[in-house]
This record gives sequence, C-alpha cells and structure tokens, in this order.
Amino acid sequence: MTEPGRQAVVRVEHLSKHFGAGSARVDALIDINMEVFPGQVVGLMGPSGSGKTTLLNCMACILEPSGGRLTLDGEAVYDEHWLKADLRRLRLDKIGFIFQYPNLLPFLDATDNVAVVLHLAGFGAAAAHTHAVELLDYLEVGHRKHAMPSQLSGGEAQRVAIARALANRPRIILADEPTAPLDSARARIVMDLLRRIAIEQSAAIIVVTHDEMILDRFDHIFRLRDGRLETATGELSLLPVGAG
Amino acid sequence: MNLAYRDIKHNLLRFVLTNFGLSLLLGIVIMMTGVYGGLIDDALRQARAANADLWVVEAGTNGPFAESSRIPGDTRELVSRVYGVQRAGSVTYQSVQTELNGAPHRLFIIGFEPGRPGGPRQLSAGRDILRDHYEMIVDRSAGLALGQEVPLGTHDHKFSVVGLMQNEVTSSGDPVAYVTLHDAQALQFELAPPASRREQARGGSVETNDQINAVIAKVSPYVPIDETAAALSRWKHLTALTQAQQETLLSKFVIEKARKQQLLIMVLLVIVSAVIIALIIYTMTMDKVRSIATLKFVGAPDRTIIGLIVQQSLSLGITGYVAGLALVFLFRPFFPRRLVFDPESVVAVFAITIVVCLAASTLGIRLALKVDPAEALSAAG
Ligand SMILES: Nc1ncnc2c1ncn2[C@@H]1O[C@H](COP(=O)(O)OP(=O)(O)OP(=O)(O)O)[C@@H](O)[C@H]1O
Ligand SMILES: [Mg+2]
Repeated sequence: MTEPGRQAVVRVEHLSKHFGAGSARVDALIDINMEVFPGQVVGLMGPSGSGKTTLLNCMACILEPSGGRLTLDGEAVYDEHWLKADLRRLRLDKIGFIFQYPNLLPFLDATDNVAVVLHLAGFGAAAAHTHAVELLDYLEVGHRKHAMPSQLSGGEAQRVAIARALANRPRIILADEPTAPLDSARARIVMDLLRRIAIEQSAAIIVVTHDEMILDRFDHIFRLRDGRLETATGELSLLPVGAG
Repeated sequence: MNLAYRDIKHNLLRFVLTNFGLSLLLGIVIMMTGVYGGLIDDALRQARAANADLWVVEAGTNGPFAESSRIPGDTRELVSRVYGVQRAGSVTYQSVQTELNGAPHRLFIIGFEPGRPGGPRQLSAGRDILRDHYEMIVDRSAGLALGQEVPLGTHDHKFSVVGLMQNEVTSSGDPVAYVTLHDAQALQFELAPPASRREQARGGSVETNDQINAVIAKVSPYVPIDETAAALSRWKHLTALTQAQQETLLSKFVIEKARKQQLLIMVLLVIVSAVIIALIIYTMTMDKVRSIATLKFVGAPDRTIIGLIVQQSLSLGITGYVAGLALVFLFRPFFPRRLVFDPESVVAVFAITIVVCLAASTLGIRLALKVDPAEALSAAG
C-alpha cells in the first residue's frame, strides 16, 4: 500500500504495548506496522479488546508505547522512548482528536469550545473567534454557535467536537468510534465530512469503528485481532509494511 | 478567553453561595481587627483624654491604669512647685456600679479639679462642671440625657448630667463619667471596704481620706520633659511617667491579655478559612476533572490549568473579602462595641486572604496536575 511520491503522515513501525508484568501481563499491541497517507481515511476495526483504542492512544501520544517507532508528519516522535519533551504541544499542533463522546467543556459555548484550541495555539481572541465561527458554519452548526453544550443535540455536539478537532488544521485526525452515538444517516454524513476534510486539508484520518454500515467510506481498513494487525486477506501481518 | 471566569459564570449560583459563606467568615476576621483596634483606641483615648505631659503616680507603680496608684492629696501642690511644671491637677479613677432606668450600669468615674489638667477634653453637648458637687459629665454610650439624675454611692446622692461626651469609654467598654475631685473622693470613701472605712473614721485624720490616684502635669515647652520627670522622681514616694510611657504601658499591660485572645481567635479563623477555601477549590477542581483532562488532551499546558485554579481561588478570596468588608461596615452601627479600623490591619487581612487563597489552591493544583489526559477518553460524560 506504499504510494510512491507521497510521504506517510502517520508511520508506525514494530510498535508494541503491554500492560502490567509477570502473570498479569497483557500484550495489547504486538509488532504493529502501518502507514497512513495524506488525504486517506482509514478504518481501524477488530473485536472488543483487540487493541484499537490502545493503538489510537499511542498514535495520539496519550499512551506511551512499550517499543517500536512512531513518526508523525515526518517527525520522529517515539523511538523506544519519547523523543519530544512537550507532547501536549505536539498534540496541539499536529493532532486533532474526535472522542466517542463529544467531551465539550461544559462551561464554554459552542464557539468557545472550538476557539479554546486556537487560543491555546496562540491566536488572538478575535481571530480565534472568527475562525471558530467559520468552522462551525463549515460543519453546519453555525446556527448553534451561542449554545452551551448541554443545549446541543448529540449530533450537533459531535459536529462541534469535530470542529474543535479541525481548528488547528492538524495533519492527523484520530477518531475513536465517532459515529457510535449517531444514527446511520448522521454517521454517513460525518464520514463524508471527514473524507472532505482529508482531501481539502490533505490530512490523514484514522477512525476506530465497529460500524459495518460505513465500511464503504474508508480507503483502507486495518483489522486488529489480539493485538496484531491482520493483512487485507485476513492473515496475520508478520512483515513490516513497506519493507524493501 | 478566561476559562476561570467562564467556569464561574457557568456555576454562578454555587459561586455566589460559597462566596456568601466565605464573606461571613472573612467579615468576622475583619471585625476582630476592628474590635482590637477599638480596644487599643479606647485604652489610649483614656490616657490621651487627660492631655498630660507627665503622670505623677505612686513610686514604683505603673499607675494609674496598669496598676493601682495611691498618693496623698497634697501631691499636686508639691508637683506644681517643681521646675518646668506649668499646671497640675489631681485625678482619681474608679469603677462604680449604679442603677440607671432600672438596669445595672458600670461607669468609670474620673474625679478632677475643674480648671486644672485632667478634666474632660471635649463636650458634644451641655456644659462644663461649674458647681463643686453633684454634677457630672458622661459619655453618650451610658444612654443618659442632659438633666437626668444619677444616684451614685451608698448615700445615693443624685448627680445631674450637665454635659455629654462622645467616644470616651474604657478599654472594657464602660462609659467614662467626670465628677469633681471632692465628689469622687467622697464616693471612694463611701465605697471603700467597711473595715478600712471604720478604721479611717475612728483613728485616721482627714488627710488619710484625701487620697488621689495621680497628678497630671503640663510642662513648659522650654523645659525638657525628662528633666522635670527626673526632678519629680527624686521624691521617694513618687514616680513620673511621660505620656509616651503611659501609652506604652496601656497598650502593653492593660490590653495585652485581650490582644492575645484576639490574636488567637484570628489565627484560628484564618486557619478555618484556609481549610474551607482549600476544600472549596478542591471540590471545584474535582468537578472539573473531565474538563481538565480534555484541556490537557487537546494540548493545554500546565500553566493554563494552574492559572484556571489559581484565578478561581483568588476571585473567591477577593470577592469574599470585599463582601465581608461590606458586611462589616453595613452592620458596624449595630455592633455593641466601637470598631476602629486602621488601614494597615485592613490591608493585612487582605494580604493574608490572598496568601491563604494561594496556599489553599495548591491542593486543587496537585489534583489537577495529576489528572491523566486519557481520562477524557473514558465513556462517562
Ligand atoms: N490501562 C490498561 N491496563 C491494563 N490493561 C489494559 C489497559 N488498557 C487496555 N488494556 C487491555 O489491552 C487490551 C486492548 O484494549 P483496548 O482498549 O485497546 O481494546 P479495544 O480494541 O479498544 O476494545 P473495545 O472495542 O472494547 O473498545 C485489552 O485486553 C485490555 O484489557
Ligand atoms: Mg476501545
């Protein structure tokens, strides 16, 4: 799946993660190799407990892997240990995260929930506000810009959360079951939206999902089983992707 | 965008209620400084009212307020003749119990010689004492009106109120009343323990009765006060204290105990406030754990998180302080004691509040810094 002439935005090499030690040791990820390219929307699927969330969190620099290498947007981030001191800044600059639940700050209205990220990135108040409103309009929730999170419907809140994930124009967007709280029509709308964003911002989008209904919306699907990636044909991938 | 302010606005009712409780607490702390200030002011006022340069008292005593002092009634003539003394007047001090309008009242009686130093400083109504007997000038806080008759002593002589003063009370809050020296000495004799009174009546001469507590002297501005004081102290039975020494004695001995009590209460109140503020901040932070995790997740640095908590803590403290101050001044007229605020202690309480808020927020900050950004991923919410 290497696409010549394009550099992977997310590159995972021999990544492993285990929890605990001794008899309590759980190998959540074993020798994971994958690449995601600009403009791609890929799915991450697998049975419960197969390691999807663990892998996503490692890519989000929220969880420290146990070994391997991680390269984000051309920058080596992890190589047996973190290479960056300020992971939060890294997340702010490179990664947009869409939670399964919107996770909006309850004390800020829709606009400010988006603007807060711009604010953290150093935008002035006026610029942050303008850009936030633009994003809400783009996601078709502009009419709810003054609403508090408690006043938003599930779908509206999720779109505000997506606007927040997009605010800093991240090259990488990670989403953990973003369509789970939505009905299938809305789920498709969100997926189409992600596709549009991937193309327009040449971002790499990785979506963890259980939802078989939206399989056709992905460029590629990575399947996890017991911490290992399956190949497209269903066999376990034992060779690093793109080797040779 | 100020996150602290937004969060407060979002939970405004809770903030206002919390604030009200805190303002009561801080109001009490502020009030205590007022009580203490009043205590000192009343005590010093008493000494200042005499408008003395020198206090001549019994040898070896810190009289007449800090310790009892008894000197012969003719001391004043002695003092008058000392080089540098321009004017001198005898004074007596005593507390008496009397019944006014059916209720027991304590008065602090000062006996003085009209026309000589030691008399009342300023009248707010009425006139000076003109007759030698049974006239009195009293502080308004006694609740007496001009012309009212007050029975004093065992013979229940009626003293009529001829003048009124403002804010002349003792450090224990009793109103001050001025009467002539003769009346005061007669009262002193009447109210002395019966045994000694019998003794005096039987064998004692008239002079034994003629005792005073101090002589108040005004010294010529051209003579150093210390020189005059030294000259006076040459008499074996007398000690001369300058006004400054007298004030130091008053603030040191007379109110020392009350001061320690108040200080203790204030320290306790400050500790209670600190614990309460810490708990409030802690619970406010607890309620925000998920928001804090989300903020960290999307990239907020610790600086932002700490700022959020410290700002909330400070706004709680500052608004609580201001509300407390407002409450104190609102209810000041109804307080049974005079409250005197010197700017320094008001500012000091403010500074303590700020320090307490900062210290109290450390608990919340510790919690917030420990929050794992991954908590934003958990399903709840
Ligand atoms: N913090 C942890 N401590 C110990 N074990 C963990 C921890 N987090 C995950 N695991 C284990 O790692 C494995 C992978 O978990 P993970 O949450 O990644 O699965 P998942 O594919 O996201 O499942 P689901 O579809 O249910 O969300 C599981 O066996 C899980 O029990
Ligand atoms: Mg999961």
